[in-house]
Amino acid sequence: MPSLVIARLTVQEASRRRLLLALVILTLLVVGFSAWGFNKITTVTRSDGTLLPPAQVALITSQLLIVITFMYSGVLALSAAVVAGPLISSEVESGMLLSMLARPMRRSEVVIGKWLGLAVLVGIYAAGSAFFEILAVDWATGYVPPHPIDLVLYVGAEGLALLSLGLLLSTRLAGITGGVIALVAWLIAWIAGVVGDIGASLQNQAVENVGTISHLILPTDGLWRGAVYAMEPDVVLASLRAAGTIGRANPFSAVDPPPVQFLVWVVTWFALMLALSVWSFRTREI
Amino acid sequence: MADLAEATTAAATPEGVAAGSPAIHTVELSKRFGGTTALAGLSMTVPRGEVFGFLGPNGAGKTTSVKLLLGLIAPTSGEGWLLGQPIGDLKTRRKIGYLPELFRYQSWLSAREVLALHCELAPLERSSWKDEIATALDTVGLTERAGDRVATFSKGMQQRLGLAVALLGEPELVFLDEPTSALDPVGRHDVREVIRGLASRGTAVFLNSHLLSEVEQLCDRVAVVDHGRVIASGTMDQLLSGTTVRVRAGGLEPGDIAKLAPFGHLDVEGDQLTFTDLNIERVPELVNAIVALGARVYEVAPRHQTLEDRFLQLLDEEN
Repeated sequence: MPSLVIARLTVQEASRRRLLLALVILTLLVVGFSAWGFNKITTVTRSDGTLLPPAQVALITSQLLIVITFMYSGVLALSAAVVAGPLISSEVESGMLLSMLARPMRRSEVVIGKWLGLAVLVGIYAAGSAFFEILAVDWATGYVPPHPIDLVLYVGAEGLALLSLGLLLSTRLAGITGGVIALVAWLIAWIAGVVGDIGASLQNQAVENVGTISHLILPTDGLWRGAVYAMEPDVVLASLRAAGTIGRANPFSAVDPPPVQFLVWVVTWFALMLALSVWSFRTREI
Repeated sequence: MADLAEATTAAATPEGVAAGSPAIHTVELSKRFGGTTALAGLSMTVPRGEVFGFLGPNGAGKTTSVKLLLGLIAPTSGEGWLLGQPIGDLKTRRKIGYLPELFRYQSWLSAREVLALHCELAPLERSSWKDEIATALDTVGLTERAGDRVATFSKGMQQRLGLAVALLGEPELVFLDEPTSALDPVGRHDVREVIRGLASRGTAVFLNSHLLSEVEQLCDRVAVVDHGRVIASGTMDQLLSGTTVRVRAGGLEPGDIAKLAPFGHLDVEGDQLTFTDLNIERVPELVNAIVALGARVYEVAPRHQTLEDRFLQLLDEEN
């Protein structure tokens, strides 16, 4: 199938251009440093000279892990936007796609193949970095987040959302333009999520709707909240719930998992983005 | 369009396509980009096994025509068939080779890997890949660089690689869009040999070029396009039936040149006058006319009209 050939080519390009190697080295460096840092938590003493109790170590570790995961999700979002932005446009501009499109291959197969290839890369990075980071945290503190599989899925889906947006933009816009727009959209969605949180804490429906609408337009922040929820131990959830609406006003906390309707919308959103990308590329003059 | 087009448009009906199934057949194929007409009604037929030259100045619509024929862009109006099937038909693309004007291949792959990729996309039987790749590399003289990354290739070598890609799978029709633009004289000679080889095994070649000497050496049939229209087409003999007469004369005033208009289209370069379509019988009359204008004639050299002479004449008449 031509789309699988294109997917393989996309992964091969990332590998040959040493993108994968760079991400692996950077991930291992972050994992190494964070393991050292997490280990230090277990050796911190209080004013009376005693070590922190295990429950407190777990609490601090869980919060620190959320911040580190935010960095990973940022790297994933940035990489997805930067890689997906020029994915089709640069190959159209350089003429590289011409000889390939003259083969028995549909344009839709190019788009789907590119998406599949990048999805594999995002999946590898999300699963690999999460596995090593959780392993390091477990080794250093004995803490394991309550829902590690959900964590990988939410972070991976967030990266996938950015790559889908970047790919759509790359069917029409120059690579650098598409990449920048995708990045700015990711940041705006995150800020809109914070605004929605503030609306929730103030019980102002209009302001809260800003977050809800942004989650529908670009579901990255909604997925991030899912990842946060997957990392929160019961004790944190209990204290957040006890705080009432005030507990919601924080982009690094989530009181509830993403609703099923949102997850259904995310799947629909991916299908729409892919369909839109195919239509956009099919109707583009090359 | 010149009447020479008659020979190539005789089969310009769907019935003709079904019966003869030429390599290329188009009827009033046109393309507009916004308000710009890139191609205005291309009607032509390229028989199988022939080398067809598609000529025209820059921006005439040559590359647009190739993209239309390959189904890479959709026509605004008109119809076309390749090997008897409507343009854009996926199965037909298996029998077609293409070297784009903008040739660029995956720089992170080796030449062999690029060819393997196209074998896979073509798609060719996996068991045939090794031989296909070896033959294509040998044909374009890249065997020794087969394992090297494309990133290390010169522009000329990349164009050779592009030609190798176009040759995979023994195609029945090959589109070559400016195939020698990046090549040195040796490379150009090699490409001419490749094209002759293709023609000898019955492959139709659509050669898009503005290197007229190349087209003249290789093509059985040509079409000349300008401003998106075919202004002349036919076999090389039909197109180059006239005689060109070059005259070296001194003492002609600028105003005298206009008085030579009755002798047909004239190019002036210094003291050299080239009449691109003059009956040889009128040469004495021409010499008398120049002498009568007070000029001195140093040389008169009648010769068979070249493609360049005819091309310039056609463009001049058109503009």
